Amino acid sequence: MSRHVIAATRDLPPGGRRVVTIKGRAIAIFNIAGEYFGLLNRCPHQGGNLGEGRLIGLVESGEPGDYRYSRPGEILRCPWHGWEFDLRSGRSRCDPARIQAKCFAVRVAPGEALGEGDYVLETFPVTVEENYVVVEV
Amino acid sequence: MIAIPPGGIDCDIHPAVPGLGALLPYLADHWRESVVQRGMHELESIAYPKNAPLTSRPDWRGAGGLPGGDLDQLRAQALGPFGTSLAICNCLYGVQLLFSEDLAAGFASAINDWVRREWLDPEPRLRASIVVPVQNPEMAVNEIERLAADKRFVQILMLVMGEMPLGRRHYWPIYAAAERHGLPIGIHAGSGYRHPVTGVGWPSYYSEDYANQAVAFQSALTSLVCEGVFAKFPGLKVVLIESGFTWLPAHLWRLNKFWRGLRMEVPWVDRPPAEIVRDHVRLTLQPVDSPPQHEQLERLMEHMGSDAMLLFSTDYPHWHFEGTQALPEGLPGALIHKIMVDNPRATYARLTEALA
Repeated sequence: MSRHVIAATRDLPPGGRRVVTIKGRAIAIFNIAGEYFGLLNRCPHQGGNLGEGRLIGLVESGEPGDYRYSRPGEILRCPWHGWEFDLRSGRSRCDPARIQAKCFAVRVAPGEALGEGDYVLETFPVTVEENYVVVEV
Repeated sequence: MIAIPPGGIDCDIHPAVPGLGALLPYLADHWRESVVQRGMHELESIAYPKNAPLTSRPDWRGAGGLPGGDLDQLRAQALGPFGTSLAICNCLYGVQLLFSEDLAAGFASAINDWVRREWLDPEPRLRASIVVPVQNPEMAVNEIERLAADKRFVQILMLVMGEMPLGRRHYWPIYAAAERHGLPIGIHAGSGYRHPVTGVGWPSYYSEDYANQAVAFQSALTSLVCEGVFAKFPGLKVVLIESGFTWLPAHLWRLNKFWRGLRMEVPWVDRPPAEIVRDHVRLTLQPVDSPPQHEQLERLMEHMGSDAMLLFSTDYPHWHFEGTQALPEGLPGALIHKIMVDNPRATYARLTEALA
């Protein structure tokens, strides 16, 4: 497991997304209302690019005609067949126990910390004044 | 040939109304006079033309030519030879075709009272479905409430094609009453002839009408699942009658597939449709639409994913087999007792309840 700095936070604002390749793996990074999520950019169904999917809220129901809406933007729909994936767990809505998209931990680290640990600084400059998006792979 | 083990439960036989005149004593005064004054003719749909081979086995046609019109004949032909312990009567008379809701309700009551008096009272092996005026769910519920205390009525009978898809909330009062009284909804092949059997207009030939009934069943089943009938009424059971069953695995696979991508529009469908159908839906055996080879039938049963879904039926007096060969060749031995006894009992709770 290694930590990869992929962007300055100001380059990946709320509503932003980016697909990065780390260790040969394409990973889709999303900023949902200031919180970052990472999923392997490959749908476990047939391989669609999850990074191109639409984001919707979670719709649940107690009975027909009842629509309980929550967690806006936290459910990703694969662009190929529309299957839903929970950004927090990677679990599909249709078969959560068996069908899951691989998740990656994404967090924010201050620039001053990046020199101290074992961060992998891809190919952009880092300043201590800024915050950065870090993916663990 | 597979021998029929005695004691089976036949989940679909058809006593026939011998003629409108037979119902007159059971009609309310106003309707009785109306029938006579108007010169009303038989409420026969085009589903079973009198001379069509399908309408009756040649050896089951009565002296008057009306198959299933006589109790002694039915005992000798439908009950005795099969060793049947109980048989469920589904009376197909064109009540569902009438445009007047009041007249439909009047005729439904008359038919149910006629069935009770002429068939259930004299023959303890018979049970029946309640015929309801589907044209008006409120009136249908009234008819269910009127008869529900008589435990010999074990099901509510509807046709697969009516005014609108069967899952629509319009029909929910009927399903609520069904659940309340432990009565499955029996959906029989047939139509109120409000709409063509295809989605784009009327076909020309009986071949089309008969084959397309399976499509109508697929549509009805899909509607029941997607509209959330089984979420709203978790105790409800539905029996598809004369639907065939070979189409079911492929259709469920297809429905599952689309649900996976469109789940959010029907969030009350909170598990794969195939699972819901396996829990709530049963299908009668005859007419069997499966291939005759042993391996193919076994494979099909595997694809159905449940051995609890099929219910034995002869579909008497309709002509689907000779002699007593109602069980298709290749039916796995372990399934026979389930189909003939266990599954019907599990579906129709009233079959094992003491009669009031």
